[in-house]
Amino acid sequence: MKKLQSRHRLPIRCFHWINVAVLAVMIWSGLLIYWANDVYRIGIGSVTLFKFFPQSFYSTFGIGFRLAEGMSWHFAFMWLFAINGFLYVSYTIFSGEWRYSGIQRFAYITIIVMGAGSFLTGLAIYKPTQLAWLTSLLGGYQPARFEHFWITIGYVAFFCIHVAQVMRAGWSNFRSMITGYELVEVEKASSD
Amino acid sequence: MTDEKAMRMRSRRSFLKAGVAALGGVSSFHWLRTRRDDDGVPWPLRRVLETNEQLARDYFSTSRLASTFPESMAGLPRENGREGLSAGFDFRSWTLKLVSSVHPKRLELTLDDIRALPRVEMVTELHCIEGWSQVVHWTGARLSALVGEAGADARYVGMETPDGGYYVGMDMASAVHPQTLLCYEMNGQELTLEHGAPLRLATPVKYGIKNIKRIGTIHFTNTRPRDFWAEQGYDWYAGL
Repeated sequence: MKKLQSRHRLPIRCFHWINVAVLAVMIWSGLLIYWANDVYRIGIGSVTLFKFFPQSFYSTFGIGFRLAEGMSWHFAFMWLFAINGFLYVSYTIFSGEWRYSGIQRFAYITIIVMGAGSFLTGLAIYKPTQLAWLTSLLGGYQPARFEHFWITIGYVAFFCIHVAQVMRAGWSNFRSMITGYELVEVEKASSD
Repeated sequence: MTDEKAMRMRSRRSFLKAGVAALGGVSSFHWLRTRRDDDGVPWPLRRVLETNEQLARDYFSTSRLASTFPESMAGLPRENGREGLSAGFDFRSWTLKLVSSVHPKRLELTLDDIRALPRVEMVTELHCIEGWSQVVHWTGARLSALVGEAGADARYVGMETPDGGYYVGMDMASAVHPQTLLCYEMNGQELTLEHGAPLRLATPVKYGIKNIKRIGTIHFTNTRPRDFWAEQGYDWYAGL
């Protein structure tokens, strides 16, 4: 027999999906900004294995010559990212929804640390003079920009793993992030 | 009612709501993107930039200084931006014009007048809005030394090149910050024409776009001065 079981409360589902949308806007506008000084790569010495980003990537997504536009979106949506992220993490911890263990727990702690990292490295490059102490703490302006970039690449990696895991876990698991409930198989005797 | 049936009902309702929410999100994004243009950006985003500016100006303090670096780290910044540096500039007949719309006052200063002001040196990082930065050794006079001459009580400072081809606006607090300098030397050398001779602004409280080269006029005013890049979609404040 199958029984209805609560999985994710409404606030969690809202925070989660708002975060998906806001993070998408942040990454897109971040790319518009990054294009103006696209200096990062994977490589050793003069050997470049991958350049962030190839021209084909920019032309496919229409990234070039939109720095001002990117900055205006980034500095508007940063508020939503920070506020929603703060509420998401606080609610998860204080509502008792935090029931992850093992590898899952490690993954979610990592993503929270990354969120805080994005926020702090972002502040350090947003106001490197008024928050000079923070910029120095992170190694300086260019190191903070480098960190900000790589954390974002980390999000993309997390996203790919996360989506793969959700697909593996199946429809019922995905549906629970929309409906909040899951049908679980229970023994007749153990149900009341 | 079985739990399976309850789940089906919940699913239908939740997916309907999720669909409406997703549609709402996409329409909001579209709405934002298509708003009336306000100097290069949709007006709601311009309002957010202005709100960010108000918060930054509340937090701003002239006692909070930019990091300084050892002189050995200083180098030559890129020459980005030829706007306002038109050919045929007569170096010898140049004077710095100070105009005030707060007090009926007009002053003209020569480079020697500026050099006679207390000489300040600083090694700070120049941040280009594009994302690159360069540590530079600057030498000049504090802009605040001139504010007392002509700009007392004004809320803003506007600066323009002699040909009017490039112009920046700045709030008074940033203008009187101790690291906001009118520079005549860069990395221990006379300023070159490409880098803004005879006199340019250098300030780590603003992006490079505000560090105007070849200043012709400084204007003290209570109304927000026009700004070259703010007219092209950038934040007017551009504060760091």
